[in-house]
Amino acid sequence: MSQNKSQAVIIQNPRVTWEGCSVLLDINDGDRLVFARLSAASTLKIGNKNFSLQPLIGCPFGSSFQIEIGDKGPFLSRFVASIEGNNAQEKEDFESQEISKDNRALVDNNKAQSLTGEDIDAMRRQGATGDEIVDALIKNSATFEKKTLFSQEKYKLKKQKKYAPKVLLRRPVARSICEAYFKKYPARIGFLRVDTLSLLLSMANVSANSDVLVVDMVGGLLTGAVAERLGGTGYVCGTYLGGTPYPMDIVRIFNFSDEVCNRIVRAALTELSLTPTVTLEQIHQQENELNMECLSNPQMSSSVSIEEISPSEKEISVPVPENVVSLVNKMGKSTKAGNKASQQAIELWKENGFSSLIIAAPELDIWSLLQDIWPLLSNSAPFAIYHQYLQKYAMDLLSRHGMLHRLPRVTPA
Amino acid sequence: MLPIDPTKKISFSHIVCDGDLVIVYERHDNMKAVKVCQDSVLQNRFGVFKHSDWIGKPFGSKVFSNKGGFIYLLAPTPELWTLVLSHRTQILYIADISFVVMYLEIVPGCLVLESGTGSGSLTMSLARAVAPTGHVYTFDFHEQRVTSAREDFEKTEVSNLVTVGVRDIQGEGFPEEFSGLADSVFLDLPQPWLAIPSAAKMLKPDGALCSFSPCIEQVQRACDTLISKFTDIRTFEVLLRTYEVQEVRMDCSQGDGVNLGSLIRKRRRRSGEGNNVQDNLSSPTVMARPCSEAKGHTGYLTFARLKCLS
Repeated sequence: MSQNKSQAVIIQNPRVTWEGCSVLLDINDGDRLVFARLSAASTLKIGNKNFSLQPLIGCPFGSSFQIEIGDKGPFLSRFVASIEGNNAQEKEDFESQEISKDNRALVDNNKAQSLTGEDIDAMRRQGATGDEIVDALIKNSATFEKKTLFSQEKYKLKKQKKYAPKVLLRRPVARSICEAYFKKYPARIGFLRVDTLSLLLSMANVSANSDVLVVDMVGGLLTGAVAERLGGTGYVCGTYLGGTPYPMDIVRIFNFSDEVCNRIVRAALTELSLTPTVTLEQIHQQENELNMECLSNPQMSSSVSIEEISPSEKEISVPVPENVVSLVNKMGKSTKAGNKASQQAIELWKENGFSSLIIAAPELDIWSLLQDIWPLLSNSAPFAIYHQYLQKYAMDLLSRHGMLHRLPRVTPA
Repeated sequence: MLPIDPTKKISFSHIVCDGDLVIVYERHDNMKAVKVCQDSVLQNRFGVFKHSDWIGKPFGSKVFSNKGGFIYLLAPTPELWTLVLSHRTQILYIADISFVVMYLEIVPGCLVLESGTGSGSLTMSLARAVAPTGHVYTFDFHEQRVTSAREDFEKTEVSNLVTVGVRDIQGEGFPEEFSGLADSVFLDLPQPWLAIPSAAKMLKPDGALCSFSPCIEQVQRACDTLISKFTDIRTFEVLLRTYEVQEVRMDCSQGDGVNLGSLIRKRRRRSGEGNNVQDNLSSPTVMARPCSEAKGHTGYLTFARLKCLS
């Protein structure tokens, strides 16, 4: 049982990076978030220098890196944080010192620091580490000692961020991807916050072996989050109005295995409808459009058979998953997610219905969309609809008759 | 409850059978779990309902009593289960549950440790998240509650995903056999700091931990204990705001300002009873406002990741 578990975990979400994997780089505790793909050639810019991401390959997610000076210049090097133990001492110091300190003697005239920019550059050239520079800055500050402990910490952290930046290697999963996008490009994900996304997944009862229908106009974040919960079973079918599927770029950041990618499919609403009003010609035309899309990103379908290693061959014990991971992903590119749903699958959904529905489509008229989608949902299937604006959502849905047994309108406070 | 068995999936062909668990929906705030039994009846204020009338009907059906009243038969889900389960302890509700499952990054195949089990509300959603290849090991120090929880998991057919044990996690920590194997740990204990060192041993590096505590003093103490072996420590409070939505007929005659005129109070759509739409003499506007009474604070959720120390 434990071996199956470990295999399942390896396939689903490896804890160690590999060449070609996608990562989320967290620089200076969330100040800067960057999505990257690890390869020998990829780099990250910190300050005015480009650092190779090569040292990050093969490291566990959650490891931290700092800048060290080597023979060929500065490079990113993994460091292990120490276990912090002396909280009790710090607390005592804190309490004894705090009574007398305040800022009456501090004058903001920019003269407190005696080290100049040139001094710092000289130190850097001599190979001083970031932490050494920070210590030097503290020593040469006339006002540091007069500050409260809290203020000293704040000062130290500020200098560290500038002179000794830290890079944290984060695993791209629904949570981290959503948080990063919400911070950097919230409009691209329709301002879908991570707790709202979590509610959508729960309320729509997304679980393994489900057939979930989604209308995802938030860049693929919703589709990816659903696929993550399906774990390579069931299907997440992204449907769309008209002939062009909505963009799904964010799905690529998730590091999905082939099994999971194969479960992410797309089908136009007209194709899924039980009473198709579109002619066969129109369907073919749509198919051609999709094929054009695929041609520009050639699929490595031949690699799939190589990558499918049968479970019996993988007799790996839990603590050493790295070997298996690198083997599975040797080809670099994995199967593309978002393929057209097969005719078989479409027939199956027409027969059984989808087990749930999630809509995150800021620009669409929800009510008319729902009219077409209701027949596709199975009996007693739960559904969840996200809209950024309360009024639009309420307006479209509330003032109608409905087959709606339960309409929880929950909003993050 | 979970669609692990393909024949039990929510689908057009899935009909109510003798022995099935259904959620009887009377009103949005009045539901119960009922095991369908050929010879049984359900009695409520709408009348008497024969279970035999239900057998063979699709889930989601409206079924009638001898008096002409009706209820709906819904397919059970962890969300509905949370609303109908018997409370042996205070439980977690959907807002906290969803956030925990997402923030602990629980996906199929994960191994999750939980203490205490309580009434099993969160446990059901954890089971859903790890299915079909993962497992939830949950512990409670109260023997009777462990028994009740086991019964619930049998009833909802998730026993192959959940193992309940009697154990005092605060006193003894988690069992050694799970060391280094847990993807996530969830603590809902009065003194979580006593269990945190053990949790640290159980977790894989970069594994996620969550501690749920109603009081901020508990949160402070937990954080003090977390700081040595954990990183990325964040505390959240999830608050649910529900809205009252009504259709308002705007009085279109008087010119000055906005005259809301008469508020036509439509019976809330969520009630099972039907309601005729009143004739609208002028175009209605839908207005929404926060409910005057809302569910308040449940607890603080403190999350952390185990440091990678090698």
